Amino acid sequence: MPALSFFSKILPFLLVLSAGKSLADEARQQELRQLIKHDCGSCHGLTLQGGLGPSLTPERLKPFTPEQLAMTIVHGRPGTAMPPWRPFLSDAEAMWLAQGLKTGELP
Amino acid sequence: MRTAFRIATALLWLGVAHAEGPGPRATGDLGIIVEREHGSLQLIETSGNSILAKISGLGDLSHASAVFSRDERFAYVFGRDGGLTKVDMLERKIVGRVVQSGNSIGGAISQDGSLVAVSNYTPGGVKVFDARTLELVADIPAEFAKGKLSKVVGLVDAPGNRFVFSLWDAGEIWVADLSTPAKPVVDKYLDIGRNPYDGIITPDGRYYIAGLFGDDGLALLDLWQPQNGVKRILPGYGKGEEKLPVYKMPHLEGWAMVGGHAYLPAVGRHEVLVVDMSSWQVVKRIPARGQPVFVVGQPSGRHVWVNFAFPDNQYIQVIDTLDQRIVKTLEPGKGVLHLEFEPRGGEVWVSVRDLDQIHVYDTASYERQSLIESRKPSGIFLTPRAHRIGL
Ligand code: HEC
Repeated sequence: MPALSFFSKILPFLLVLSAGKSLADEARQQELRQLIKHDCGSCHGLTLQGGLGPSLTPERLKPFTPEQLAMTIVHGRPGTAMPPWRPFLSDAEAMWLAQGLKTGELP
Repeated sequence: MRTAFRIATALLWLGVAHAEGPGPRATGDLGIIVEREHGSLQLIETSGNSILAKISGLGDLSHASAVFSRDERFAYVFGRDGGLTKVDMLERKIVGRVVQSGNSIGGAISQDGSLVAVSNYTPGGVKVFDARTLELVADIPAEFAKGKLSKVVGLVDAPGNRFVFSLWDAGEIWVADLSTPAKPVVDKYLDIGRNPYDGIITPDGRYYIAGLFGDDGLALLDLWQPQNGVKRILPGYGKGEEKLPVYKMPHLEGWAMVGGHAYLPAVGRHEVLVVDMSSWQVVKRIPARGQPVFVVGQPSGRHVWVNFAFPDNQYIQVIDTLDQRIVKTLEPGKGVLHLEFEPRGGEVWVSVRDLDQIHVYDTASYERQSLIESRKPSGIFLTPRAHRIGL
């Protein structure tokens, strides 16, 4: 169990390493935190408890893999109010967000 | 030395007395600013553009809004976490608070001022409270199919102690008559279009208009002739054009209506639409910097100010209603969330979230008059709203 939680702690780190330079940048991480809170928050709630969009708590996101969530973030859900964030996020960044949402480290 | 000190304190005291006025204080130049992340309000006055007090303990205020009692003494603040908080602006403190749902979006006060209604996402519906005591008076679940509750948006007051609102999930408009508060009578208009995202009532209380996210156009209900039902207006504007992604839902509140024209945000297009209010046809599409969020008429009607969704939320654009084109672009800073005109329109208050600032601009010169520190400010609400239908 401790091994697992250790793993979940370093996972974002591993992702960062595999993702390349942009996420190693503390300033960019800060920007993404702001993005989650305020810009995703305008539909999902500042604390991600839900609004027009569903809540994005770890509990609710259990059924989804990080890859699925990252796909949703990047491409949006056509036909719904969830817009595609492609122009503003790299795949690695979307993955970092997805992971952070699943573990509850974001927002 | 001593006398000098006395004189200094006396002068200081006079200064304060002057700013605040001697004796009892009126509320006509007061307002509140929502500090969304901190669950607090700043109580402001617009005569000298200053902060009078800070009031904390209002819960989660992301997407918070407020209405005022008819005597302009109390503010009712609707928080995201379902909190309804009553603030006494003279005593500068919270005098009542109920957490009435899990997740709410806005509210309204009745024509006679006796009832405050709150629209909720979860559980979807409208709850109505006694404005004096905040006791629950009526509960109107937005059940549109067996066991299914819809998120409620676009709640406004209408003449005759009625409340009008829209059902996001169901595509319906409901009119609740609370003449007998404990026994609301609800008229439902079905199939008004997919995903209404907000609604407004015209300042005369005649038309209720819901913006549609999932369909082209808007849904219009003539409350003077409700028997005619809901009709779709601007059904085909921009048909055949690819819609742009919407990173924040537009708000319809504050719509400018000038010379028989309404100015409103397009959805999925970087345009402000000018609509003829007798034929309900689009007469002009004004290209803008981004997806408009608030399209607010300056009280004189000469200009319309517009702010934008992410990623263009650092801008404000001003439209001249005489020739319906953009005459000014301002860049206050990232996260311009709301703007509120002083009632005679000389100055406009703008919240700039990412700078933690409020800017007050002169509406004629566009010069910044005041800069006020505020923590992640969002909505700005001035007391003259107390006397306007739909606010
Ligand atoms: C304009 C509103 C809006 C904004 C802004 C928005 N979302 Fe969404 N989002 C939605 C809606 C609505 C859904 C549900 C779509 C559906 O019905 O399948 C959704 C679904 C999702 C889902 C899938 C969850 C699920 O349970 O289906 C994820 C993950 C998500 N959003 C993440 C984000 C992130 C991250 C951001 C910011 C970068 C964001 N969203 C910004 C409206 C929005």
